Amino acid sequence: MADIMTPALGESVAEATVARWTKKVGDAVKKDEMLVELETDKVSLEVVSPADGVLGEILAPEGETVLPGTLLGRVTAGAAASAPVPAAPVAEAPKPAPVAAPAPAAAAQAPSVRRIAAETGLDASAIAGTGKDGRVTKGDALAALEARANAPVAVAAASAPRPVSEREERVKMTRLRQTIARRLKEAQNTAAMLTTFNEVDMTAVMALRAQYKDVFEKRHGVKMGFMSFFVKACVEALKDVPDVNAEIDGQDLIYKNHYDIAVAVGTDKGLVVPVVRDADALSLAGIEKAIGALGKKARDGQLAIEDMQGGTFTISNGGVYGSLMSTPILNAPQSGILGMHKIQDRPMVVGGKIEIRPMMYLALSYDHRVVDGKGAVTFLVKVKDYIEDPQRLLLDL
Amino acid sequence: MAQYDVVIIGGGPGGYNAAIRAGQLGLKVACIEGRGTLGGTCLNVGCIPSKALLHASELYELANKDFAKMGIDGKVTVNLPVMLQQKADSVLALTKGIEFLLKKNKVDYIKGWGRIAGPGKVAVKVEDGAETVLEAANIVIATGSEPTPLPGVTVDQSRIVDSTGALVISEIPKSMIVIGAGIIGLELGSVWRRLGAEVTVVEYLDRITPGMDADMAKAFQRTLTKQGINFKLGTKVTAAKASKTGVALTLEPAAGGAAETLNADYVLVAIGRRPVTRDLGLETVGIVPDARGFIANDHFKTSAPGVWVVGDVTYGPMLAHKAEDDGVACIELIAGKAGHVDYNLVPSVVYTFPEVAWVGKNEEELKAAGVAYKIGKFPFTANSRAKVNHEGDGFVKVLADAATDQILGVHMIGPQVGEMIGEYCVAMEFSASSEDVARTSHPHPTRSEALRQAAMGVEGWTMQA
Repeated sequence: MADIMTPALGESVAEATVARWTKKVGDAVKKDEMLVELETDKVSLEVVSPADGVLGEILAPEGETVLPGTLLGRVTAGAAASAPVPAAPVAEAPKPAPVAAPAPAAAAQAPSVRRIAAETGLDASAIAGTGKDGRVTKGDALAALEARANAPVAVAAASAPRPVSEREERVKMTRLRQTIARRLKEAQNTAAMLTTFNEVDMTAVMALRAQYKDVFEKRHGVKMGFMSFFVKACVEALKDVPDVNAEIDGQDLIYKNHYDIAVAVGTDKGLVVPVVRDADALSLAGIEKAIGALGKKARDGQLAIEDMQGGTFTISNGGVYGSLMSTPILNAPQSGILGMHKIQDRPMVVGGKIEIRPMMYLALSYDHRVVDGKGAVTFLVKVKDYIEDPQRLLLDL
Repeated sequence: MAQYDVVIIGGGPGGYNAAIRAGQLGLKVACIEGRGTLGGTCLNVGCIPSKALLHASELYELANKDFAKMGIDGKVTVNLPVMLQQKADSVLALTKGIEFLLKKNKVDYIKGWGRIAGPGKVAVKVEDGAETVLEAANIVIATGSEPTPLPGVTVDQSRIVDSTGALVISEIPKSMIVIGAGIIGLELGSVWRRLGAEVTVVEYLDRITPGMDADMAKAFQRTLTKQGINFKLGTKVTAAKASKTGVALTLEPAAGGAAETLNADYVLVAIGRRPVTRDLGLETVGIVPDARGFIANDHFKTSAPGVWVVGDVTYGPMLAHKAEDDGVACIELIAGKAGHVDYNLVPSVVYTFPEVAWVGKNEEELKAAGVAYKIGKFPFTANSRAKVNHEGDGFVKVLADAATDQILGVHMIGPQVGEMIGEYCVAMEFSASSEDVARTSHPHPTRSEALRQAAMGVEGWTMQA
């Protein structure tokens, strides 16, 4: 008998939801075979079978919330698939004691906490108590209420559901969706966010790409995309305008002397934002390789939480879906996000004549608490200059 | 040479409770006490006998002053020898009770004066002068405290007494001067005032009962004055001359000024208590008490390995129940368990009439610490039980955190509030908010309702005043 345990979920992730069991009780399983999929706030992760055998019992059914170390189920060693464990004994098998001691029942809660819970719908049993033996105090409940008020998206989800008509469908938000919703709203509620625009003539970069893309791909094994140019351009612009690479921490600003660029990647489950580490130290090919690897992981649902933590600046490309112009929302606690858009041929006045040029609008949303208008505009102009004249990147100009 | 897991020096509340707990936890334990009876200062010459006299004298005063109001006529008189004897009987019975408890918990009660004789060794001088040595893996110092002497005023236990002598005065003094307006002085002063003495309290500070919330101290002083106690605050005693029939005290304003002489039949010196560490052999293990004589500790551990300390002889409030908590926590630590005492939650009680009781922080402390707080107050005049008992003096004051309503301090003055403070000790031990008390049912009609009404007052919904 081998226990299937909930693994560590990564820093700042407290719990996960059981999304899907790929096997039924009685199915034969192999060691390291994927058994159950968990969803956390940030990623979905797979739990594999700890041993060869038969899935003996499922203790955490789909939809259940589990903590690291929670027993998900058990694999009975050895038995062949053809001899499934009879259902009845499994059902009657004594339930193991819950891993985490259950929070004190409602009756054990302080009167003030019971009152607050009854009036507000707060789940007091989910609050980490600071009182004797972890009991929840009135102060704890009030703090939890305040935290909830600061997460309005979650409140909306938790408050009384409205009835659904025949022509509507109610679908539970995935944890990823809930997290996206909460974090975007948090960013809007926290930052003094606004957006500045510019446009960039893509002629030079496109010419460079047309000239070298085959050699590049042959040499490096990755396609030469535009994203690597923008990552490089942003890194250089961040060096010039360090405010955009900073974040607010309480009364202080933290300036980051490293350039970890988060690149928004769309997947069928939603947008994830993995991070290209130390992008300033990477070549264009290195950046393309890193983005390629992260994108593949994202689409395969294999992104680890670590892959998405610690970015200092974000680039989002709505252009791949055809967006001509947008105002991206900050990836908190970062202070800047660059929005790339669709490349479109437009008539431009060049040297007194109208020419057809492949143009892209650029948007920089920034936290005005950290970055002033001059810095933001300067940053975006630098990016534009690097893209319009990529040789500057080479010469560090 | 007898070998022990724990040898406890001192059989007071710290020592005997430590001994019982050690016995319960299966440790081989000895408790050394040279007084002849167990229970220490508290039981022999402190809390317990003083309460016996406070109770008896309170009933006497009640009978003569308040019975008529309730339709009971008649005059009662004091029989002092009987009053003192019933006190002594209670004390003796209780000391025997502790002896029984030690036996029940397999504690070796060793009569004699204990002294540390080097690491792991305790020498005991028994009554006939012979000395035995015990071997101890752990030594617990629980030697307690004694009245602090006042230079210039020599206690003779005849006309000039300390808290011990004040319990056995064989006549009712016509007049008595109490030096020190602390808890002990005011309790014993109250006893003799009720029995007929003209009592004057002389205090160096310009307030009574330092450490008590200023609101309470003010109300308390007003009540005691109404009862007939005279106060001379901001006054120091510079000399005392005792004769066969009385004492002449020389007083001076603390701030300087002309001296005056005050005469009384008896003088009670009650200016505080000091730790007892002499003849304890501390030097054999390298322990040096601090400038005020206290033995320092870290979680009851002294600087010497295997030597622990609890109660009045170390830091914290000099109270029997604190020593008891220390004793239990210390033994549990010795036994490898978790032991901790939160001195902020050790309650204080003054057993006068009315009583004063408090736990946690007072308003002055909260202000000094910059804590934002709210106040809920309720007077006993608005409490039905106090009203029908003709005991409307006093009030309850609850101090709670301004944001979380967590109870930070509770202060009460009123009849038998000492019996009611425990409710708030439990609440505070569990980090309760005032609302938790306000929403807890209290029996009607009892004085305890005042506690709940005051808790309601923190959020402004006191209902009965």
